[in-house]
Amino acid sequence: MTISRRTALTTGAAIASSVLMPGRVFAQEAPRKGGVMTVHFATEQRILNPSLQASTGVYIVGSKMQEPLVDLDADGKPTPCLAESWEASPDGKTVTFKLRKGVTWHDGRPFTSADVQFTAMEMWKKILNYGTALQLFLTAVDTPDPLTAVFRYDRPMPLGLLLRALPDLGHVSPKHIYENGDIRQNPANTAPVGTGPFKFVQYERGQFIIAERNPNYWRENKPYLDRIVWRVVTDRSAAAAQLEAGEILFSPFSSLAIADLQRLGKDPRFDVGTRGNEGNARTNTIEFNFRRPELADIRVRRSIAHAMNIPFFIENFLGPFAKLGTGPIPSTSTDFYPSDMPQYAYDKALSQKLLDEAGFKRGADGTRFSLRLLPAPWGEDIALFSTFVQQSLGEVGIKVEIVRNDAAGFLRSVYTDHNFDLATGWHQYRNDPAVSTSVWYRSGSPKGAPWTNQWGWQDAEIDKIIDDAATELDPVKRKARYADFVRRANTELPVWMPIEQIFVSVVNKRVRNHSNTPRWASSSWHDLWITA
Amino acid sequence: MGIADLAARRLASSLPTLLLILIGVFLLLQLAPGDTVDALLAQMGGGSDAKVAADLRRAYGLDRSVAAQLGQYLLRLVTFDLGFSAIYGKPVSTVILERLPATLLLMTSALSFAFFFGIVFGVLAARRVNSWTDTAISTLGLIFYATPSFWFGLMAIVVFSVYLQWLPAGGLEDITASYKGIARTLDIARHLVMPTLTLGLIFLAIYLRIMRASLLEVLNLDFVRTARAKGLDETRVVYRHVLRNALLPMVTLIGLQAGTMLGGSVVVESVFSLPGLGRLAYEAVVQRDINTLLGIVFISALLVIAVNFLVDIAYAYLDPRIVSGS
Repeated sequence: MTISRRTALTTGAAIASSVLMPGRVFAQEAPRKGGVMTVHFATEQRILNPSLQASTGVYIVGSKMQEPLVDLDADGKPTPCLAESWEASPDGKTVTFKLRKGVTWHDGRPFTSADVQFTAMEMWKKILNYGTALQLFLTAVDTPDPLTAVFRYDRPMPLGLLLRALPDLGHVSPKHIYENGDIRQNPANTAPVGTGPFKFVQYERGQFIIAERNPNYWRENKPYLDRIVWRVVTDRSAAAAQLEAGEILFSPFSSLAIADLQRLGKDPRFDVGTRGNEGNARTNTIEFNFRRPELADIRVRRSIAHAMNIPFFIENFLGPFAKLGTGPIPSTSTDFYPSDMPQYAYDKALSQKLLDEAGFKRGADGTRFSLRLLPAPWGEDIALFSTFVQQSLGEVGIKVEIVRNDAAGFLRSVYTDHNFDLATGWHQYRNDPAVSTSVWYRSGSPKGAPWTNQWGWQDAEIDKIIDDAATELDPVKRKARYADFVRRANTELPVWMPIEQIFVSVVNKRVRNHSNTPRWASSSWHDLWITA
Repeated sequence: MGIADLAARRLASSLPTLLLILIGVFLLLQLAPGDTVDALLAQMGGGSDAKVAADLRRAYGLDRSVAAQLGQYLLRLVTFDLGFSAIYGKPVSTVILERLPATLLLMTSALSFAFFFGIVFGVLAARRVNSWTDTAISTLGLIFYATPSFWFGLMAIVVFSVYLQWLPAGGLEDITASYKGIARTLDIARHLVMPTLTLGLIFLAIYLRIMRASLLEVLNLDFVRTARAKGLDETRVVYRHVLRNALLPMVTLIGLQAGTMLGGSVVVESVFSLPGLGRLAYEAVVQRDINTLLGIVFISALLVIAVNFLVDIAYAYLDPRIVSGS
């Protein structure tokens, strides 16, 4: 190993300070330059460019190469990345971003406001999932000079909403690479060109992706790592074995079996936990199809919510990485989480009473009526939960048949064909209810839009609350409006969200500076390093 | 009659089967709810615009009728155009060619391993029939056959990679270090040891059972008695006279299994993270990538036809009566 002068100097300084301040012996280790970070890549993606697709599968790779305008700091507050500062006009219709000076793309061209303008208008507004809704009222991005981008909106855009959304939905792509030809067919989609700390090297389908250190990165002396290698490992048990063999240092987003997560959690070689994923909370759902007359009855929906002993399920099946859910906004979202909302605690007697009142008496075989439950195929917890729902509802006299589909089949059956009675899956919360939560309740979503209100349920009151909140500029009033939203959602119960989860990471302890922001797995890893 | 003639006849008789298989797979995939755009939306995790989805369906040609899609596919196939892969954004032929080496490498090494040791252990067991050697070999064979390959693979990883750290746990080669030339060959060989054994052991079990049975049967034939009567020692009898005759069922089996191994290695490829055709096919089904799936079916079918043709030639070599009889 060669010791660079910098390492020698910083190590020397650390030793000196530990001598001078004996009370703080090496609290802060000196970061080591070099090393290869190996990452578990569980599901291959069709594209890797985060300005075209907002999903964890893309972020885990693409966000190391392409950066957003705004990022989140350790406390979850918006912090500058490619934008150095921002300002909103009093009417909320103009947001001005001052861009960072001296940033270059991996091919050496300068990063300017023209890139931001192009990406916002052509990608975020037209293609990027969640981006199209967020930027619906974006009319233009003005570029008075190369380092200023002025976003102009038709309707007021709450600055807080934009800033909380941009770390996920604000990655910038180079205009000069994308301006000619069909954006969706661009070769850079699977070979990203960005401003980030790592440069794309190679993508071998079914095997690995490699990125190497960007020597011209704008943060001084960063990144520390030489390379990042993503290994495609589709088998969960094999991935756990590779972690133990040291061939993989990090497995993100709960990609291992629950049993392996609990086992590795007791292994001193690994950090296993939800830290670094707080920005990626999700809730388990029970989605009701109102086209079934039984389910259109509010008493039946409440009865189903009361029939499930969720704390028992969590304790026995999910372990320490899940907690009791209270509705569409998870408790990790401190900016919006409302207290004292209507809840449905486990109460079998009440559940049965509600069904009786609704007129669904038990038949000769003890069954009141039958329902088809479609579980989403992602996540072991969903499969377990569907069985739990089946058994819980069986006890109150509702017979449940579980119909399993793969991803394409599930989405088509539930959100396009409406061929389900109950569905269960995940609702992903993205730091602001306006990004990906209110669409579960707002009416008017076209058929075929997954994870939106396809229940055959419409409520003028909740529609109004959602619309008001999306353009409310005062953060205090916005929070109050979203409390109204949760109260209405939990009262009417078109969807019930009884479990709250955060993704679990497994990281080898040789990896340092990991999990230091709420969306660490999706961040750029410029300060990540590995011990020798 | 020449080999070329035989090959042409073989291929011609396989074409209708090939066509039926392709149409069957195409229609089966239509029965599954959802298309490749739904699979893409699932990857996106929500928030997708309805117009974007409609555009994508048009781009992939999914807005046309099933008959039109199938007709167009078959028309293209006549010109050996396998189409464009929806997941990979590349021509299907390129995607398959990238995966073919790993599959062939794994398949050839596993089959050769199983075939060779199947013969060795089969002969050993048959020559000492009902002895403790025979019992031991047969019992081991039964255990290998009854063990699921994913379990075998995972246990091998736990023992040899996690605890002993002798062999790499997965992948085709070491990507954190870039080897060249002979070092790279050795590196790939190291990575293939466990997958080959995992895949090969199950087949080994079948081969040794067949070899043992076949050898025992041939040993009772008249010409063997004649050979012994000539005064040949037992080793000469077995290797010069019996083995060649007993090999025929083994050759039949290898022809049948070459096909199974192409599709059947999904499990081993997944456990050892190898970029083979099995995993590609699985992915293509899950992602509803019809072009890629049909492409794999097409190439696999061609491979099976080719292997069976080679098997026929091997028959003729082992037993000259077979060709003269046609």
